[in-house]
Amino acid sequence: MSLLSLEKVVKTFGGLTAVNRVSFSVDAGDVVGLIGPNGAGKTTVFNLITGNYTPDSGEILFEGRSVKGKKPHKIVDMGIARTFQSIRLFQNMSVVENVLAGCHCRMKSGIFASMIRTPGQRREEKKALETAKEVLEFVDLWESAGLSASSLSYGKQRLLEIARALASRPRLIILDEPAGGMNDQETAELLHLIREISRKGITVLLIEHDMGLVMRACEKLVVIEYGTKIAEGRPEEVKNNPRVIEAYLGSDEEEDAC
Amino acid sequence: MNKNAFIISVLLAFFACFPVLFSNPYWIGVLNDIWLYAILGLSLNWIVGHTGLFNLGHAAYYAVGAYTAAILSTRYNIPILWLLPVAGAAAGLFALAVARPIIHLRGDYLAIVTIGVGEIVRIALENDIFGLTGGSNGIFGIPRPEIFDMRIRRPWQFYYLIGGFLLITIWFFYRLEQSRFGRALNYIKEDETAAEGSGINTAWYKLAAFVIGAVWAGMAGTLFAAKMTIISPGSFNFWESVLIFAIVILGGAGSIPGVILGAFLLVGLPEFFRNFADARMLFFGAAMVLMMIFRNKGLLPPLARKYAGVPRVKGGDA
Amino acid sequence: MDFFLQQLFNGLAVGGIYALVALGYTMVYGVMKLMNFAHGELFTMGAFLGLTLLGVFSFTEVLGPFGGIFVLILMVMGMVAIMGVLLERVAYRPLRNSPRLSAIVSALGASIFLQNAIMLMYGARFQVYPHGLLPNTPVSLFGVDIPLLRILLFLVSVFMMAGLYFFVQRTRIGTAIRAAAIDQDAARLMGINVDRVIQIVFIIGPALGAAAGVMVGIYYGQINFTMGWIFGLKAFTAAIIGGIGNIPGAMLGGLLLGVLETMGAAYISTAWKDAIAFGVLILILLVRPRGILGERVADKL
Repeated sequence: MSLLSLEKVVKTFGGLTAVNRVSFSVDAGDVVGLIGPNGAGKTTVFNLITGNYTPDSGEILFEGRSVKGKKPHKIVDMGIARTFQSIRLFQNMSVVENVLAGCHCRMKSGIFASMIRTPGQRREEKKALETAKEVLEFVDLWESAGLSASSLSYGKQRLLEIARALASRPRLIILDEPAGGMNDQETAELLHLIREISRKGITVLLIEHDMGLVMRACEKLVVIEYGTKIAEGRPEEVKNNPRVIEAYLGSDEEEDAC
Repeated sequence: MNKNAFIISVLLAFFACFPVLFSNPYWIGVLNDIWLYAILGLSLNWIVGHTGLFNLGHAAYYAVGAYTAAILSTRYNIPILWLLPVAGAAAGLFALAVARPIIHLRGDYLAIVTIGVGEIVRIALENDIFGLTGGSNGIFGIPRPEIFDMRIRRPWQFYYLIGGFLLITIWFFYRLEQSRFGRALNYIKEDETAAEGSGINTAWYKLAAFVIGAVWAGMAGTLFAAKMTIISPGSFNFWESVLIFAIVILGGAGSIPGVILGAFLLVGLPEFFRNFADARMLFFGAAMVLMMIFRNKGLLPPLARKYAGVPRVKGGDA
Repeated sequence: MDFFLQQLFNGLAVGGIYALVALGYTMVYGVMKLMNFAHGELFTMGAFLGLTLLGVFSFTEVLGPFGGIFVLILMVMGMVAIMGVLLERVAYRPLRNSPRLSAIVSALGASIFLQNAIMLMYGARFQVYPHGLLPNTPVSLFGVDIPLLRILLFLVSVFMMAGLYFFVQRTRIGTAIRAAAIDQDAARLMGINVDRVIQIVFIIGPALGAAAGVMVGIYYGQINFTMGWIFGLKAFTAAIIGGIGNIPGAMLGGLLLGVLETMGAAYISTAWKDAIAFGVLILILLVRPRGILGERVADKL
């Protein structure tokens, strides 16, 4: 059984159909890329999975359970973590605190426990800090843990978002254009990181413009255009699909114009 | 050991001895007001400073607490200090009912609605709602509090009562601030969407922050009723809310020492300039504008939390 | 029925004032996404400046009642417009790139400052406008007698609102204002001078508010330094009801709130009048947070 499956998902804004009967599935352990020209509805699909939007119809199942109508934090709790296309860190807080945000949903201490600092609460805080250290070391940011998030470079901020997502102990991580704004060196490191995440047994769903990265990182690609799925399959199959080539040639011109 | 602990100890010792050293009831009375506003400020700080929710009607919850205590103590002769939790609960329940539907509103919208709630409460009190609040005259004859058969009536006695409650307040909010609860609120203040996307139940935490702040304001209301023995709607108008708000913002939103400093400056300082009493609000207004332009985190901004084992900060990062 | 019609006209007259003040809030909000708390105080300022000018110069005797009041209102509008521009320069412009919270606090501070400045200048007591500035004979309309002043008040508000509407819809500057309201950055890229647009908004809004202030002085006969606070809150409520940022919405919201509040006071209780207005606000925000004519804006993720 697949880890995540979308079945005929539809989302409209006003009169505009942003996502039109899209179905695909992500198997556990895979790295899957969701690609398509600008404005194709990729981010909308992500926001449907993470609960920021609710589908008008269709079904989204994660580990056999529906995520439809659940709030984003609940979906994080179920095991899906995400990053944002435009970096959304807690800029005035320290790097380690940003990561602790991800730990939050795995912690339980309530107001009373915090007030009198029960042994359980202290143990939990300590454990959260260990988790934070582990994921920060994983993305190689532990040395900067005490800095404020805003002082990091753009590429490192993207890594911090990934670390925050990993801290929630997800089984599926959704990365929205993680290579955006990165230079070649950083992109190469990102590819390595994605493989490392996958090696930990975490399934990855990726939106990305950098085709080089997508082709090398992903085992499976889903291509959407105008909110509709036009192709699905292994990278080399998709690459030679005439519809995909057509869609991308069109979009290349647009991108050049920008 | 460190400088801050030393400063805090000295200040604590000084204020603990203040009534003994200076038996001037006037200045003790001023300090009582400062303590009370510090408690109110800290309760609002939890909502405004930590969570970033614009509550400009905090006087409403203060009023609900004060009136609950006043009504129950005058009608049923319940000792007023027993009513601290009751009044807090009443204010909290009221806040829960009010905030639940409006808490999702953003910035200015929430500000205007909380102003509206504050006004509705004041108007309701003035119109003698349920025949309980005594209209614009308010309620008088509120019994003095008693502790171990000692009747609290002199300023110095209130000094230790209110000051003691302030210490509890500081301890309570400090512990919350340092916990995952406090962090969750700060995430919400920084970026609500990102907080929700990181797994934080933002709706619940915003509501919880609002209600806790209101509970504390309700308890402060009980102390106020006990101190004054007379309360009336005029004590809970919009300017009261603005004063508490200004204490938080000017002192340092999210910072306990900042809020206490704010209470000293905004409540205490005007006592030195009594000739300019009318111009007090004029200065507050100007100070708010200037502070936002030149130092928008307030006089004593919050310090970053410390975590054991996190590498020391060494300069900037490219 | 007569009573109802009386109240309806009364409500429309008050609503017209709310609408004029609401326009100032909604235009500033539209362009800057800022609640200009101090707008209510500019309205108060208009009322007090009108009173001062009337004391210096007897407009109505020299220029006739209508001409005199017309000139008076124009002068007050001009003076308050200057104050509006100053306010923006001092309290808002330095905070253009700051967090929104800072701007709101600054606006609140400016409001407190201005209100208390007015109090220190003019005193805390009610001030009385001269009687009989305008003829106030009853006019028979739909079978009920309506004071002429009330009708004038309403007509003047409608006239100003119509003027503003055409200005915003049909002129180049109006187009620039609308463009800046939709997307400041895009407008700037299209060569629109956004600073200038903001300045114009801070001329028009306060000017309309000031006119409303003078009209309130003439209509009610007495003014007080706190009047801008309650009128301002009501007007902002009206702007939200109509859909903030939306100019016809502010007009609609103002008239609606005026009528609802007057009816509430007449049929329920005068003592609860203000509470009714705020109750309506909370209800609207619960049912339709973007107001009646406001559009839904999706949060960009």
